[in-house]
Amino acid sequence: MSDRKALQTQKISGHPGTVAGAGTQRQEVVCKLIDTTTCIGCKACEVACVEWNDMPFQPTMFDNTYQTMPDTHWNFWNLIKFNEVTNDDGSFQWLMRKHQCMHCADPGCLAACPSDGAIVQYQNGIVDFQQENCIGCQFCVSGCPFNVPKFNPNTKKVYKCTLCSDRVSEGLEPACIKACPTGCLHFGTKDDMLALANKRAVQLQEHGGFKDAGVYDPQTIGGTSVVYVLHDAKQPEKYGGLPSNPRIPASFKLWKDWFKPLGLLGSMSVLAGVILHYVTEGPRRTQPQPPVKEVDGGEARKEN
Amino acid sequence: MATSGKPIEGGDHFINRVGLTVVYVGELLRHRAYTRFLHWAYGIFFFLALVSGFAIYLPWIFRWFSPLFGGGAMTRLLHPWFGIGFVVFFALQAVNWATQMRWSEADTRWMKRIKDYVTHRDTIEPPDTGFFNAGQKMQFWEIVGGSVAFVITGVIMWFPEVFGRGLVPVSYVIHDISALIMLAGIFVHIYLSTIGEPGTIQSMTRGTVREDWAWTHHPAWYKEVTGRDPQEALEEARARQTGNPSS
Repeated sequence: MSDRKALQTQKISGHPGTVAGAGTQRQEVVCKLIDTTTCIGCKACEVACVEWNDMPFQPTMFDNTYQTMPDTHWNFWNLIKFNEVTNDDGSFQWLMRKHQCMHCADPGCLAACPSDGAIVQYQNGIVDFQQENCIGCQFCVSGCPFNVPKFNPNTKKVYKCTLCSDRVSEGLEPACIKACPTGCLHFGTKDDMLALANKRAVQLQEHGGFKDAGVYDPQTIGGTSVVYVLHDAKQPEKYGGLPSNPRIPASFKLWKDWFKPLGLLGSMSVLAGVILHYVTEGPRRTQPQPPVKEVDGGEARKEN
Repeated sequence: MATSGKPIEGGDHFINRVGLTVVYVGELLRHRAYTRFLHWAYGIFFFLALVSGFAIYLPWIFRWFSPLFGGGAMTRLLHPWFGIGFVVFFALQAVNWATQMRWSEADTRWMKRIKDYVTHRDTIEPPDTGFFNAGQKMQFWEIVGGSVAFVITGVIMWFPEVFGRGLVPVSYVIHDISALIMLAGIFVHIYLSTIGEPGTIQSMTRGTVREDWAWTHHPAWYKEVTGRDPQEALEEARARQTGNPSS
């Protein structure tokens, strides 16, 4: 299919510098907009995700909430998080938040991944795992500020939401978007989705009585390709593990990009050092050594 | 004080009883079979762990190491086991060498003269240099400390779901630093045991060293096992050399 070119690669894990061919095509960054204020918690998106990706349903249990299971799983990528919150004025809210991969512009998983090509970021912003290159180290799990990648102990591979890259590359919207009955899920370009989200936030502030309503698109990780409209954008933590300022552990950036190659250079310089020592000083011979006939150079020595 | 002249290494371990070490005239017994066995056992595991580790450390340089172990996933699977192999055999060696590796006053003096050692200004080592010199002890204790760091950080990265994912970004930096120090160390180790100080490698292969090697590099040990003054022995050998230069 000609639309396949929509998955032009931009960043590759464990890979130095830029990606060959990146930027040969101008591509729109895609984005999923989740309006938590109109989500009714029906779980249609959860079912659509499991169906489209053809995953066996994950056994679960009832834990006295309206949440399907405690957390996402290697074969369950999309979970409506349910949180009952009591506000300062005594009122209470049921907050439903569709939890899945955020497709960060600066992905912590990709930064942490030590395997060449196990995680890629496409030009359209989708962050995708390539399980055939995954070595199962789970560093991505530590690098993700949203606790998204999930390890399958049987296959020793890590899995997560693909933003339906297989559908998007064919010009289709992700399966969850297609299933949503209330229209709280939207899919389009990042610019369009942000405009729509901001419009909705203003509407909530002015007419909905939610003075702190706003858009969640954390700039600490360069923004995300999944943005939320929240009733209370000042306290995203209320929505079940949505950090205000998500960050990638510094060592996954600084250490990997700079100190690793420099450290290797440092260690290799010792190899150069011993070779240089042999060439300029020669071996340390057992005594008595053969009688000395002549000495050349050695100006650094004070005596002899 | 090993007055019998036989190194205490390994004691009555069955590898010492089964393993053969022939000491020819003009040679001294340096490392018994058990010590040599341990050395090469953890030596092999060291390089397996090093190579598989560097395939993961910088894949864009060392990705060609992964196929040696059956691909990236297999490399990742095997690396911790190589590390365990290294640590277990090295731990046995650490017990084996615990007395010889004890730091002494003479070692502190040796470190102060390290420049003379490196530039070969002193042709034989100071007379109080024993079975191991201070440089060897430094490397030994670095590997002991580095191995402890390897085990702690390695287990955290091996089972992140048990020990907390927040520790992983710190652990792998410490793991890497420890590996980089040992990588630098292995170059010095191989250099000084082969071309840097000729006559050394046979102590870990056949288990013996020549007497002139002993009085040059470990005079106090030479004195301990032969009961002779190393300086005297050297002068005697020198006289033999000038008396009969053709030999």
